[in-house]
Amino acid sequence: MSQAITKRPSNRGDAIFAGLARLSGLLVLVLMGGIIVVLFLGGLPAFKQFGAGFLISDDWDPVQNSFGALVPVFGTIVTAVLALIMAVPLAFGIAFYLTELAPLWFRRPVGTAIELLAAVPSIIYGMWGFFVIVPIMAEYVQPFVIDSVGELPWIGAFFQGPPFGTGILTAAMVLAVMIIPFIAATMRDVFDTVPLVFKESAYGLGCTTWEVMRSIVIPYTRVSVVGGIILGLGRALGETMAVTFVIGNTNRIATTIFGPGNTIASLVALEFPESETGSLKLSSLLALGFLLFVISFIVLAISRMLLKPGAKA
Amino acid sequence: MKKTVAMTAMVLAMTAAAGAQAQQITGAGATFPAPVYTKWGEAAKAAIGLELNYQAIGSGGGQNQILQRTVDFGASDAPMAADKLDSGKLLQFPTVMGAVVVIVNIPGVESNQLKISGAVLAEIYAGKITKWNDPKIVEMNKGVTLPSLAIAPVYRADGSGTTFVFASYLSAVSHDWKDKVGAATSVKWPAGAGAKGNDGVSATVRNTKGGIGYVEYAFASQNKLTTVELRNKAGHFVKPEMATFSAAAASGDWAKAQNFAVDLIDRDCATCWPIVSATFIELPKDPKDAARSLNVIKFFDWAYKSGSAMATSLEYIPLPEAVQTAVRAAWHAQIMGPDGKPVY
Repeated sequence: MSQAITKRPSNRGDAIFAGLARLSGLLVLVLMGGIIVVLFLGGLPAFKQFGAGFLISDDWDPVQNSFGALVPVFGTIVTAVLALIMAVPLAFGIAFYLTELAPLWFRRPVGTAIELLAAVPSIIYGMWGFFVIVPIMAEYVQPFVIDSVGELPWIGAFFQGPPFGTGILTAAMVLAVMIIPFIAATMRDVFDTVPLVFKESAYGLGCTTWEVMRSIVIPYTRVSVVGGIILGLGRALGETMAVTFVIGNTNRIATTIFGPGNTIASLVALEFPESETGSLKLSSLLALGFLLFVISFIVLAISRMLLKPGAKA
Repeated sequence: MKKTVAMTAMVLAMTAAAGAQAQQITGAGATFPAPVYTKWGEAAKAAIGLELNYQAIGSGGGQNQILQRTVDFGASDAPMAADKLDSGKLLQFPTVMGAVVVIVNIPGVESNQLKISGAVLAEIYAGKITKWNDPKIVEMNKGVTLPSLAIAPVYRADGSGTTFVFASYLSAVSHDWKDKVGAATSVKWPAGAGAKGNDGVSATVRNTKGGIGYVEYAFASQNKLTTVELRNKAGHFVKPEMATFSAAAASGDWAKAQNFAVDLIDRDCATCWPIVSATFIELPKDPKDAARSLNVIKFFDWAYKSGSAMATSLEYIPLPEAVQTAVRAAWHAQIMGPDGKPVY
């Protein structure tokens, strides 16, 4: 594109615009690089002090100045993956219903509602989780499961302990609700892009709605669907406030399904105000931020790899 | 036209008013005393024309900001270490004291019905006592029916002065706690779950059958939470109330305390509540702007003189008279303006 512009040097406006556009593009790279460098330099004292042990240590002891990243990294990945497992089928169902099954007059209000849900600030989800979901979990779900399944031999151990209501499972549930609108909205939009001719041909051959979905719509839109899921995963990985409210904020690896845990974003938000400049704790928090960056990057890279064969088609 | 003139006059008047009351002082730090500082700020604006802009960003943040001199004063719940005060050229003085109380959610147990000793409390938070009908708890509570319910310890997930005070108490009453966990604004909790802020802790305790937590007293009394009696060092069970807090405050050995960092935890007196602590202000000893520094001093001088009732109404304990005098002497002796003369 830039070549086409340089061929017409007489047009000053185009040159200026091209320059500005290039600057904007560069700015993204510079910002991104800047953030990584700042996080890495800030976390350097922690990396130096603990070495590779920082990644595998489950210790987080501000009194002894001993910090490890295992618990928050574990919590971040487990909550995000659990949330995806719950959210993807639901989001798919919503998009499927809206594009193929719902009566036309009904699609617009539901579609708008989903877009609105995506715009709800995360603190609202956090409060909703804390004041609605957590009491339900603590009052009904967890005591019931603990008293019934928890008494069983072998598997009972995974379902024991006090019913706090908060914990990894609750956090994953709230996260799932938060990312459903993102994934559903993306899926609906891309399902709508499938040319009608394709679908009509399939219907003409006698395919059922599900067969059309499976053999025509999904293969056609696979790249964008995975993109939507990654978008949701990205939000789940970095979500802070909503998770902080409901995860139980404990720096131990949970041994039961209701056990409390912690995520990187949540831990950083909670501990940051009480960390002194130059302290090892602050450095460890910045190192955690760097790790979150790395995790997001790996997720992105994996999604790119998954998409490769499809991208050619 | 008339309207425009009137508007201009109004704007001018407002600007003039703002100019007249431009005596603003800024502070940042501890969240625990934030309600009383805010109330003092409002009252002082009317009384002595000083406007306080206080940001409750946490004790650690407050210490950072005053070390970098981005605010007029810093505030922290835990006293700053003596060497840090020296290297940062800071004077530290207390403003008010507050108590931390223990709250529970056990079906059938009313406020101040349950009695616990510090050692048992430490074992609960260490995850060693896990049921409410544990013999150690039953033994202290003859006549109270305790269910076979799992104990759910709840703690502050965010770094906070309240945690520092509570963990200091557990360290004072349990060697095991002192060796394995210790005290800081956040610690490595051996058991339980965390919640954000006083409101988070109290809501989690309220939601969780068998829950136990710790909050500032003001929060417990305003929200009518179920508190427990604690056994103090003298061996008496005491209720969490103003009288027992004041007894603890009065028992402190202020004269000997370095930088006013008095220890009010677990005092050896019959009527003392065991978890009481002072909250502190850090003020530069070498202010660049003597007038601003004087305004800060004036503000707290006024708060000592006229702010006690406001502090008590918010369930804080005002400083004893003798300590106030000692603080005034320290202001005069240690805070020097750029010209080398005392600011106050």
